[in-house]
Amino acid sequence: MTTNDIIKPENLVYRKPTLLNDTPMHYCPGCSHGVAHKLIAEIIEEMGMEEKTIAISPVGCAVFAYNYIDVDWIEAAHGRAPAVASAVKRLWPDRLVFTYQGDGDLACIGTGETIHALNRGEHIAIIFINNAIYGMTGGQMAPTTLMGMKTSTCPYGREADLHGYPLHITDIAATLEGTTYVTRQAVHTVAAIRKTKKAIRQAFENSLNGQGASLVEVVSTCNAGWKMSPEQANKWMEEHMFKYYPLGDLKNLL
Amino acid sequence: MGKIKGAIIVDTERCKGCGLCAVACPLHVLELTKREVNKKGYSFARQIMEDTCNGCASCAVICPDACITVYKKKEE
Ligand SMILES: Cc1ncc(C[n+]2csc(CCOP(=O)(O)OP(=O)(O)O)c2C)c(N)n1
Ligand code: SF4
Ligand code: SF4
Ligand SMILES: [Mg+2]
Repeated sequence: MTTNDIIKPENLVYRKPTLLNDTPMHYCPGCSHGVAHKLIAEIIEEMGMEEKTIAISPVGCAVFAYNYIDVDWIEAAHGRAPAVASAVKRLWPDRLVFTYQGDGDLACIGTGETIHALNRGEHIAIIFINNAIYGMTGGQMAPTTLMGMKTSTCPYGREADLHGYPLHITDIAATLEGTTYVTRQAVHTVAAIRKTKKAIRQAFENSLNGQGASLVEVVSTCNAGWKMSPEQANKWMEEHMFKYYPLGDLKNLL
Repeated sequence: MGKIKGAIIVDTERCKGCGLCAVACPLHVLELTKREVNKKGYSFARQIMEDTCNGCASCAVICPDACITVYKKKEE
């Protein structure tokens, strides 16, 4: 059997999701944002929601997400995506409404919007890309930065007396009465990617079916900000990030 | 039962040379170019082992830029 016998449409097992358009993504090589984008595109396609999805993009590296995933998007002011999503879902209850936010966007400037939208039980899904750093602006410390972790604004490592402690916002979200589904996943291995896909699918279905607020944290790498190769960044994440942000469901009422 | 054989196509112009596909492939089918670069100036992934791929799609699933298409077929 030659390669040409194998490369035929009937033998296709994986291709770029159709909803992910041909625009090259501006993310750094190996960035977790790309994998998360692919999953979202696959899921929306599998749900047949291409024409009935409204996504809210953040400020942060994912600010241009609307250039890549071919659904309707609104670009929110920094951190305000959950407030925008709340309004959209209330006005348009039959839509799948989700936000896509980094940790600086969601757990720093937008902490208030995030917690209140979740606590109100808005029927929205929040996809939270936690790379423990402000990627877009050059790798500054975020509330989610690990103790001892070096960033451009804490070059000697985060110290409790000077910088306080990492904010476990997903754990807070799980304690709120408005949330139905809160989970923490990752996209560094094939097995982890499969689990994240299931988690995002559930969060999207919860939004569509009006079943309260869902939060999917994706513990992610920012290899550029962490100053590592993509492979090293995945290893570093396993060794350090998962201690602070252990993977698994924190809450699932459905 | 026939053996499963796979084949991949890498969109080398879309590739950013992150190398994660080569790490993910259990059969070590992929490698980054050492000298050659694409139009973006990146090394890119390419298949170095003909005939070894079994179509598991690990490389394609992990690729952050969705550069890899995977096919598989059972040998008759
Ligand atoms: C009102 C306002 N404040 C600050 C900024 C600068 N700024 C842009 S992105 C960003 C943080 C992004 O970090 P994160 O949300 O973690 O996204 P990442 O790039 O890591 O994916 C900040 C502080 C801004 N654009 N607008
Ligand atoms: S700066 Fe970090 S988060 Fe932003 S695209 Fe690069 S690797 Fe990804
Ligand atoms: S994972 Fe994708 S972008 Fe990275 S080297 Fe492989 S084909 Fe290129
Ligand atoms: Mg970040």
